[in-house]
Amino acid sequence: MGRFLLTRLWQSAVTLILASIVIFVGIRALPGDPALAMAGEEASPEQLAQIRAELGLDQSLPVQYLNYMGQILTGDLGRSTRYGTEVSAMIADTLPVTLFLSVYAILIAVIIGIGLGVLAERRKGRWPEWMANFAALIGLSVPNFWLGILAILWLAVGLGIFPASGYVEFSSDPLRSIYHLTMPAFILGASIMAVIMRQTRASMLETMQTDYVRTARAKGLPPSRILLRYGLRNSLIVVVTIVGLQLGGLISGAVITEQIFGLPGFGRLTLDAVFTRDYPVIQAAVIIVTFGYVLINLVVDILYSVINPKIRVGASS
Amino acid sequence: MSTMTSETQNPTHSGELLLDVQNLHVSFGQTQVLHGVDLQVQAGERVAIVGQSGSGKSTVIAAVLGLLAGSGRVTDGSIRLDTGSTDDAGNPRGEAAFEELTELPESGMRRIRGNRIGLVPQDPSTNLNPSMKVGAQVADALRAHGMRDKQAINNRVVELMTEAGIPEARRRAGQFPHEFSGGMRQRILIAIALAREPQLIIADEPTSALDVTVQRVILDHIQSLVDERGTSLLFITHDLGVAADRCDRVIVMLNGQIVEQGDPQQILTDPQHEYTRKLIDAAPTLSSAKALSQAGTVTESQEGQPTEDAILVVENLVKEYRLRGTGGGILRAVDDVSFSIPRGTTTAVVGESGSGKSTVAKIVLGLEKPTSGTTLIDGMDINQRAHRKILRRRMQPVFQDPYGSLDPTHSLERLIDEPLRIFGIGNKQQRRDRVAELLDHVALPLSAAQKRPGELSGGQRQRVAIARALALEPELIIADEAVSALDVLVQDQILELLVDLQNRLGLSYLFITHDLAVARELAHHALVMQKGKLVEHGTVDEVFLNPQQPYTQDLLEAIPGQSLAA
Amino acid sequence: MTVVESSHELGSNRGKVLRSLRSAPLGMLGLGMLVTMAALALLAPVLAPHSPTQVHFEAPFQQPLTVGFLFGTDDLGRDILSRMLYGIQVSLQVGLLSVALAVVVGVPLGLLAGFWNWLDGIISRLTDLMLAFPFLIIAVGLAAINGPSLTNVVIALGIAQVPTMIRVVRGETLRIKSTDFVTGAVAMNASGPRIMLQHVLPNCTSAIIVQATVIMPVAVIGEAMLSFLGIGVQPPTPSLGIMLADAQQYIGRSPTAAIFPGVAIAIICLGFNLFGDALRDALDPASAKK
Repeated sequence: MGRFLLTRLWQSAVTLILASIVIFVGIRALPGDPALAMAGEEASPEQLAQIRAELGLDQSLPVQYLNYMGQILTGDLGRSTRYGTEVSAMIADTLPVTLFLSVYAILIAVIIGIGLGVLAERRKGRWPEWMANFAALIGLSVPNFWLGILAILWLAVGLGIFPASGYVEFSSDPLRSIYHLTMPAFILGASIMAVIMRQTRASMLETMQTDYVRTARAKGLPPSRILLRYGLRNSLIVVVTIVGLQLGGLISGAVITEQIFGLPGFGRLTLDAVFTRDYPVIQAAVIIVTFGYVLINLVVDILYSVINPKIRVGASS
Repeated sequence: MSTMTSETQNPTHSGELLLDVQNLHVSFGQTQVLHGVDLQVQAGERVAIVGQSGSGKSTVIAAVLGLLAGSGRVTDGSIRLDTGSTDDAGNPRGEAAFEELTELPESGMRRIRGNRIGLVPQDPSTNLNPSMKVGAQVADALRAHGMRDKQAINNRVVELMTEAGIPEARRRAGQFPHEFSGGMRQRILIAIALAREPQLIIADEPTSALDVTVQRVILDHIQSLVDERGTSLLFITHDLGVAADRCDRVIVMLNGQIVEQGDPQQILTDPQHEYTRKLIDAAPTLSSAKALSQAGTVTESQEGQPTEDAILVVENLVKEYRLRGTGGGILRAVDDVSFSIPRGTTTAVVGESGSGKSTVAKIVLGLEKPTSGTTLIDGMDINQRAHRKILRRRMQPVFQDPYGSLDPTHSLERLIDEPLRIFGIGNKQQRRDRVAELLDHVALPLSAAQKRPGELSGGQRQRVAIARALALEPELIIADEAVSALDVLVQDQILELLVDLQNRLGLSYLFITHDLAVARELAHHALVMQKGKLVEHGTVDEVFLNPQQPYTQDLLEAIPGQSLAA
Repeated sequence: MTVVESSHELGSNRGKVLRSLRSAPLGMLGLGMLVTMAALALLAPVLAPHSPTQVHFEAPFQQPLTVGFLFGTDDLGRDILSRMLYGIQVSLQVGLLSVALAVVVGVPLGLLAGFWNWLDGIISRLTDLMLAFPFLIIAVGLAAINGPSLTNVVIALGIAQVPTMIRVVRGETLRIKSTDFVTGAVAMNASGPRIMLQHVLPNCTSAIIVQATVIMPVAVIGEAMLSFLGIGVQPPTPSLGIMLADAQQYIGRSPTAAIFPGVAIAIICLGFNLFGDALRDALDPASAKK
């Protein structure tokens, strides 16, 4: 376990460093000279040179990169060019909304996805399987933002069951907060749910055909025990990997879900910044998503090693 | 010793009927695979079902356990089990009462499985739940039938595992299956099968995935456990020799029907059915065992001075692997091996898995670099660039798995002429003619040239592999377990082909095998390897009739079928 | 039995694959959907009753089945049917180009990573790096640098799919590399590149095709999503995503305008998913056995 963890940590670190270089190079590639932007069009060459020196732009690229990393690691993400506020403060305001939405969506996707997947395998060849398969195909084939629009049209505007937009702080009113986020979370989780359902069903079909399940049946075990301890437990090893791969899609989905439902989240902040060319905010968003994504994948891998004894023990011996 | 005669050592054989299968028909979908099977097992009796893959022997036991896969179902006949002599908790009741298993609902079958009938499955590597500690898997067998007290379960698990021959059972119960060797896993499966002390144990080829010496130990163990308890045994095997050694009665199956059954002695000495006769003739285990017992009638070997005209000379070969994760541990896979192959003869390298025999083959083929030592073919070293290309024309491989050794996307013509194309030999027409000639050599029709491997049987594929190996007119063929994946009748045909080709083309073979009987049949010289070392070396007759090393003697004793050959 | 059929055998049984495909009704339904959509896209100039960008200020918010406007018009009086036909064209174009990008970059890298161990580490780190940037982030970054465009969309979607393509091909390469027929080819003096092109690549083909059918719908949805957000295809080029974004503004007045483009996307993606599933089952009989 320790060895596996160390290797994995090392790989994540390498990825983060490479990603930060890519981001740094990307920022250099942004159109416009930051010194010129600060000094104004009429600045003299001397003034420009002075500003460059202040910004550290006259130093070599590696030094600039190190300075840049130093700033990021101390939490200094700059100021929004549009609002003049600290970018870190803007992110602190909006990120919790997105995290709440995402965790809610994953929970829904995992619980319903695995449930439907198991149901489809257990009732194979009969209508529950067809229904579950159909639902998964729809979840995969229908863009979730369109699903969101339809949901607003039907559930919010038509039937008035859920609010069409708006956000309530969890701390101020937990129930209303959950209620407000339910429809967005379902929309966000729909495609992941579909993927999890299909993967669960496929792995269950495979594991329930294995020799060890047959041997378990030959022991005279009750079906529930065979299903959970022999079938599902081994199927989940594959499902966890798939969930990990879906997280990138979750981030993209969160942005658009916030846009449709008017949620004051991190995704909308990013998108607004793109339209207003608020580069410090874009930069911060890219850094946070990238670093966050690498860390989440690390967690998923560790989780994977916990449920898969072959990795756990194999790596420690 | 495994060869004790079974009838006399079976004190609990009471002669009362335990399992009675009548006129059993089983279909998968629309296809009928069992056409009226009748079979009886009496209390304390050991019965073997012998047949090749596809004979329906595994379907019989799946039907008995109510575990037919997929669309399989019993369409006719009855399976009755005596559950009367004891109640479900195992207390004696006194009178016989047969239950019709084909009519039991799933919940009723659960009461039977594990409790009344224990299963020892075929492949220990796939029959244990990989994500569950082995102790818990044994415990599940106890819990399935109502045992609840945690402490009692734990103690019983350790007891069962110890009985099954697992050392340090208390500690090892907490380990996962992948931490056990194949033999140990099979012992865990035996512990599971015996957990509820069922009246009948079904063993489905319980050792076919294991090494020959391990096989014998496991079979001995099953036999002694079954005998101790007076349990009946239904033993499924493809090996007539094993069946004859270990059972009171042998049933031979072919194409979903029983073609012959009776006393093992009678089946082997006086087979009634043509198929049984074929099986006996083809079974290398039996013929070699016969040869072994007829010491003295040794055919004179043409062995002269081994190095005089040797095509392959291996000297002081060593191959070391660095073991991962152990901080620089080293495994000597091949440890100072020297031998030579006289031109035009066959040398068999015999050993169990892990003995290093396949590594020797890989080094000779130049697929692995030796740590030290040399392999010279006609005085040339394959690890020298200048010699490599020449040697790869003179020497060709044939591998074990006829499904894996041919690229499924290529036609047979393209497969067979690939070596010609690699070496840029001939034009299109010449290559085409050569393919036709080669197909003829291995007795495949010319019309097969445009087929793909997927359309061929295992034996036909192996013929293709041999044809390809011959394409460049090599002098030396390295065959790595070339017949191990084939059914016994097909195996016999391929061995015949190899001998025939050797006589016609003057080929030399380096033949790697775990099967002593095959080596005995084909080879002129035999090498026995154990843990990387060459432990015995000589002509086949020397090695087989007068083995000097205890390990060779062990291996030879493990060949089944000897009790009946005498 | 000790012998197992290998799972992907495209070349060995083309006939069997086709027969299996033809006998899968859902797969055929999917193929039908795809053929229909492709025909609509190709014939858009012929079929479209109006120019997709022509405005009819006199006839905004026409309901479907209005004379001259079969699917109605949008807020500027543009014909929704005509815009959809051209939008489908853009969707499929982006899908195909993204798949092409993923194949062109992913397949060679996957082959190299699987075939030569020393390259595996480097390519794995590269894969991790690409995975660290979700496609929306790539799109945001490219939009920030170059301004939004169709090219950006293709690059973002293609790059986002490269890592999975590498993984699929690498996995297949490792599997094929360990087969006896590759060992045999080595022993017969075949060179590395020869083995890679003659043996490994042909045996990867079915896995690559299956992966392509997985990427296509993801890319089509991705294009619609980016265009919906305004960082994808730019007006006046018609895109199904842009149509949905516009329709959301006046959804109360004309809900049907928000429905038709979504249905078109759904049909394309459903077609790929249904066809892809059937194809996978046909190529890999083990997965089809239920």
